[in-house]
Amino acid sequence: MKLELRGITKRFGSLVANDGIDLVVQPGEIRALLGENGAGKTTLMNVLYGLMQPDEGEILLDDEPVAIHSPRDAIRAKIGMVHQHFMLVPVFTVAENVTLGSEPVRRLATPEFHLGGLRVPPLGLASIGLLDRRTARREVLALSERFGLRVDPDAMVEELPVGVQQRVEIIKALLRDAQVLVLDEPTAVLTPGETEDLFRIMRELREGGRSIIFISHKLKEVQAIADTITVIRRGKVVGERPPTTTSTELASLMVGRSVQLRVSKEPAKPGDVLLDVRDLTVAGERGERSVRGVSFQVRAGEILGVAGVQGNGQTELCEALIGLRPATGSVHLDGTDLSHAPTRVRLHAGIGYVPEDRSEDGLVADFSVADNLILDLYDRPPYASGIALNLDAIRESAVKRVEEYDVRTTSVETPAGTLSGGNQQKVVVAREMGRDVKLLLVSQPTRGLDVGSIEFVHKRLVAQRDAGAAVLIVSSELDEIYALADRIAVMYEGRIVAFCPPTISEQELGLLMAGGGDPAGSTAPDSGDAPQTPVPAQEPSSHE
Amino acid sequence: MTTTLDAPAPVRAPVPVGRRYLAAGTFILLGLIDIFVFGLFAHRGDAVFALSLPGATPKLPGIHVPGALTAYLLGAISIALGILRAVADLSPRGKRITIAIALLCFLLSLLAWADAGSSVGPLQVIDLLQGTLTASIPLMLGAMAGLMCERSGVINIAIEGQLLTGAFTAAAVASATGGVWLGLIGGSLTGGLVGVILAIFAITFLVDQIIVGVVLDVIALGLTNYLYNRVLSPYANTFNTGNTFGTLKIPVLGNIPIIGPIFFDANVFLYITYALILVIQIGLFRTRWGLRVRAVGEHPVAADTVGIRVRWTRYRNVILGGLIAGIGGAYLTVGSVGFFTSDISSGFGYIALAAMIFGRWTPLGSVAAALLFGFSFQLQTELSVLRVPVSSFILLMAPYVATIIAVAGLVGRVRPPAADGKPYIKA
Amino acid sequence: MSDQHEAEPSAEPYVPTAATTTAQGTGAPAPDQPRGRQPLTGSAIIQAVTEGNSVVITILAFFIALLVGAVLIVASDPVVLRAWDSVGYAPGTAFSATWTSVSSAYSALFEGAIFSPATISAAFHGGSIAAIFYPLSLTTFEATPLILTGLSVALCFRAGMFNIGAAGQWIGGAVVATWLGYAVNLPIVLHAVVCIIGAFAGGAVIGWIVGEIKARTGAHEVILTIMLNYVMYNLLAFLLSSRNLMQAPSQTSALAPPVRGSAMLPHVGGPPPQVGVGFLIALAAAAATAWLLSRSTLGFEFRTVGASPSAARSAGIRVERVWVLAFLIAGGLAGLSASTIVQGQTAPLTTTSYGTYGFDGITVALLGRARPLGVVLAGLLFGAMNAGGTVMEAATGVPADVTNVIEALIVLFVAAPPLIRLLFRLRGTGGAGPQAVASKGWSG
Repeated sequence: MKLELRGITKRFGSLVANDGIDLVVQPGEIRALLGENGAGKTTLMNVLYGLMQPDEGEILLDDEPVAIHSPRDAIRAKIGMVHQHFMLVPVFTVAENVTLGSEPVRRLATPEFHLGGLRVPPLGLASIGLLDRRTARREVLALSERFGLRVDPDAMVEELPVGVQQRVEIIKALLRDAQVLVLDEPTAVLTPGETEDLFRIMRELREGGRSIIFISHKLKEVQAIADTITVIRRGKVVGERPPTTTSTELASLMVGRSVQLRVSKEPAKPGDVLLDVRDLTVAGERGERSVRGVSFQVRAGEILGVAGVQGNGQTELCEALIGLRPATGSVHLDGTDLSHAPTRVRLHAGIGYVPEDRSEDGLVADFSVADNLILDLYDRPPYASGIALNLDAIRESAVKRVEEYDVRTTSVETPAGTLSGGNQQKVVVAREMGRDVKLLLVSQPTRGLDVGSIEFVHKRLVAQRDAGAAVLIVSSELDEIYALADRIAVMYEGRIVAFCPPTISEQELGLLMAGGGDPAGSTAPDSGDAPQTPVPAQEPSSHE
Repeated sequence: MTTTLDAPAPVRAPVPVGRRYLAAGTFILLGLIDIFVFGLFAHRGDAVFALSLPGATPKLPGIHVPGALTAYLLGAISIALGILRAVADLSPRGKRITIAIALLCFLLSLLAWADAGSSVGPLQVIDLLQGTLTASIPLMLGAMAGLMCERSGVINIAIEGQLLTGAFTAAAVASATGGVWLGLIGGSLTGGLVGVILAIFAITFLVDQIIVGVVLDVIALGLTNYLYNRVLSPYANTFNTGNTFGTLKIPVLGNIPIIGPIFFDANVFLYITYALILVIQIGLFRTRWGLRVRAVGEHPVAADTVGIRVRWTRYRNVILGGLIAGIGGAYLTVGSVGFFTSDISSGFGYIALAAMIFGRWTPLGSVAAALLFGFSFQLQTELSVLRVPVSSFILLMAPYVATIIAVAGLVGRVRPPAADGKPYIKA
Repeated sequence: MSDQHEAEPSAEPYVPTAATTTAQGTGAPAPDQPRGRQPLTGSAIIQAVTEGNSVVITILAFFIALLVGAVLIVASDPVVLRAWDSVGYAPGTAFSATWTSVSSAYSALFEGAIFSPATISAAFHGGSIAAIFYPLSLTTFEATPLILTGLSVALCFRAGMFNIGAAGQWIGGAVVATWLGYAVNLPIVLHAVVCIIGAFAGGAVIGWIVGEIKARTGAHEVILTIMLNYVMYNLLAFLLSSRNLMQAPSQTSALAPPVRGSAMLPHVGGPPPQVGVGFLIALAAAAATAWLLSRSTLGFEFRTVGASPSAARSAGIRVERVWVLAFLIAGGLAGLSASTIVQGQTAPLTTTSYGTYGFDGITVALLGRARPLGVVLAGLLFGAMNAGGTVMEAATGVPADVTNVIEALIVLFVAAPPLIRLLFRLRGTGGAGPQAVASKGWSG
């Protein structure tokens, strides 16, 4: 089916998320939408799927204008979408999730009967008919066989790995006979192997004449799978290119200027071991072991980058290190045992923590910038004397910090929630780096930020390293790991499967992240002689 | 906007360590009470449980058991269960069975103690159970009303207000028109109207649902008090005549010994309650409607993306819930005492809410919890007949303490519908 | 407001809410000034009206509620209804009857709550000047327990929790204060102070139970507090009906012995127009709560946990400890409320003494937007309504319960700023209503 978007404009207050976007997708085409986080890709697709109404513009299918006011209309128009955050009910089975909204039912056979001379028609119980679970199961199985998407229709969705959940989402769209399929950042949660699998399925669907819109901000994937690449920047289409276009050109289109993500930094001069973690095991949300016996050290003046596909235990590792999750094993900071210390003690001992979910964990959106800047310092001088807050000191220091870290805000009394993502992150960074820290624990530090803010944050992180702090960075963006890390630890299924130098090739790193590497192999210089590469994956060298 | 499209964040709560031993400890405590309170202090002599109402035919023989010995035995069972809970890892189903047995042991030993050597006469078991069932009607209906709302993702604290206004309207309408059925319908519609208001504020205006609920309760109390003092009381001959439904014995079933008088010899409200429980249980878990309602309550965005109208579903369920609670309210007047009095619902709505949570947001669980409350109300009446030397207030306290223990983890982790209480905001 | 500022607001037309989005698209020539860029005070006031800030919303809500109350009064007045039956041939009578019914009720309400013009003219003719202030002193008297339970609920709101248990905590405080009041013999000032402290402690224990269970097991405080209320109602009845516990000697009904005179709270001024020491305690408690919330480290913890428990956890704040402490202090405040009644009135403690203070505390806290000053003002408003309601019932026969309806309606409308904006065609967005301070869902 041919899809055409004409002049789509969508505003949120003063922000223009989509600015007159035109897009034509031919039947049997895989079209990539390439753009930075926040460029407006997801908004555009939400408009297409009826989750948002455009302020201007129209949508045409096979050259006929269609009105899409709700997902209902989109489904009717044979548009399917796999959202970045899966739209699955965790406590339902696969079959229930797939058929939800178009459930097969066994009609209740209510015969018509006569009441005196009055004819009573069959009662209208059709719409609340009994669920036909057998048919639902059969439909799911049929689709999963036809497209090679292996799933168990009776499995509870919350118990499935993300890769399988994604398959459920695709089946869901196929069950509704989607001719236009939108995949929103589908590879973010997948290993390279699973990504390959997804690409195979996408090609198969293309052969069947379906159009696919593939949203991504990863150049290589886009080049590998797309027939045409549409680049979006700040809500506007800035170009359409064939997949043969060079990465450099695509990247500069995407960000508007040629960027050098490599931060200029001196080689690391690692000092003493500051963080020493041994045999750390952490329970996940449902009691499973999400971090399994991890041991490593980070030295002063060194950045350790933890690479891995999302969901392999990195989040839990960070939260355990700061004391937000119960864990077994030991954690020492500069010789102090923090294994069982609560969060507050760890922060006081000199850990700076930049959490992964900035808006949930890093900031209080309703609080002013000033209050956010003392969120974990409120009970220490000069901000408090005894149990009384020192409002003047809080304000003064906030004004200073806002200037120093270039936080763009009208005043320090502005609620932090109204700032842009980049400025919010600057507030968090200013707070965590604004005091003496021995260890900086940073998780996904630049997720969703614009390029300017990314550069700023990166520079600050390197500056902290050069000032003698140990820095631990968790990121699912390989570019970020390469740009910052002096040493890379690869996590897979809760284990650190390898330590490698930042010179490792992307192919090898990808293989390790997918669990395919040989941790004792030549790619991972973990035999441990020089201080730069001290720790083999499973057994740490003795402590000092 | 972006936040509403995110999947609901997982609840991050620290895993409580002592929860497993809490249940075990409670069981053992109950067992010790069985033995050292009910057993030791039981009067000499047998406890007699009469299995048919006085003067009923056919007359069944009563059951005679030695009071103290029974309490000792039941206490031992309870302690054994406690030890079992501490050492063995039982399935959720097994856990629930142990809770049921431990509670039963406690209640039976209480009864054995109360009636042992009693001079007043045997314990009227039929009376007790019949009374339990009728006392539970407003609780069961209230819990069903709460369930309808919360399964679709709207917290309903306004059950109390729905019961109260339902009771008021039912009494006034039944008195003014002389038709008890009209009273029932009027009561139900009034409950539905409160549901409409709750829905408008909670779903359309996105006001915190607990706040709207509490405020609606306050309004309902003030309004019914005002109208009662202003209209019902001065014109009682017209508006508060005390019209009630008669009892309706189901032909064949009503004649079965024991079961008949308990379950099938009551007024129409009990039968309506049976029907509603059945319909809701099947409806929620076996029909398309139920699947969609649960999807809306668990993950509204997902439901929206497959074309289910989230707000409409919620509106519909909240109003249906109101209609059901309104019937429960009507029971308080036209199904029971007939006359409306100030604050006649006296907190049944909140107890129904507790029953629903106690019953883990399931119809059958809620009914079981509602029956437990009803039982304790009725037990207090029965025991005062037996002149038991325990303040009735202590007994009345028991089910509330039980609920606190239950929500504190005795029944395991209670998981409400994931989107319960969270308004759905669309761009 | 100075002259040059006056022109500006009038240039801004009222635009109905529904029209704002579409008007943007047409490219109307009128440049829409972005908000927040008008530092002028004059326009700020107008803006507050047009966009409906909290004070304006509250006032409008108050008038809508009074209107609904008027409808209630009229619709249940037989005189008015009879007049409307014959509206066809005597329309004037119908309208004048309606007006008389409402105006007499509301003027009685006003005279009972604020002041009565009659007392002023009486004062000019040699009557008592003090009598003018009699209604106001009744208002402060009625407001005292409401302010304190309101603070109790508000404090929990700020820590992100819903305290429906002020009634149970009130009983906890009342029992301790009463017992100390009749069973202990102490010198005059000391006795009262001991009773006040006892009341705080009694309420705090009941609050602490809720916080502790919530912190240890994650059970939702709404259900815990509701259940604990019923436990406390029954406990009170048990204590007061047990001869060897708290039942007054030679009494058959459930009644506590009267509190000794040495423990009673004195009045400032009076007699009739007077301010009870209880009211001063309430004001002091409000000031202390305000300091705690905005100027202390503990209050910072409360607010952080209330606004974002996950951010609080990440910042090293012990969330569970905050829950416990917030409920402990909230319980204490509810206990103080009991102390002002038990030690402020001569009537002994009965099984229904707790009245509706607990639930009224919720409405007061909501109307006061969970801010101590707001709670004091809301408490005074509701106190005035209660004081006036009694006078109104005596003077016109309109049951005082109508004031409860009006109070609750005010809160309901205030809780939904979009509704008020819709009714009055005001512009504006968001506007943190009281929901901003409440807990979300059962799992919160």
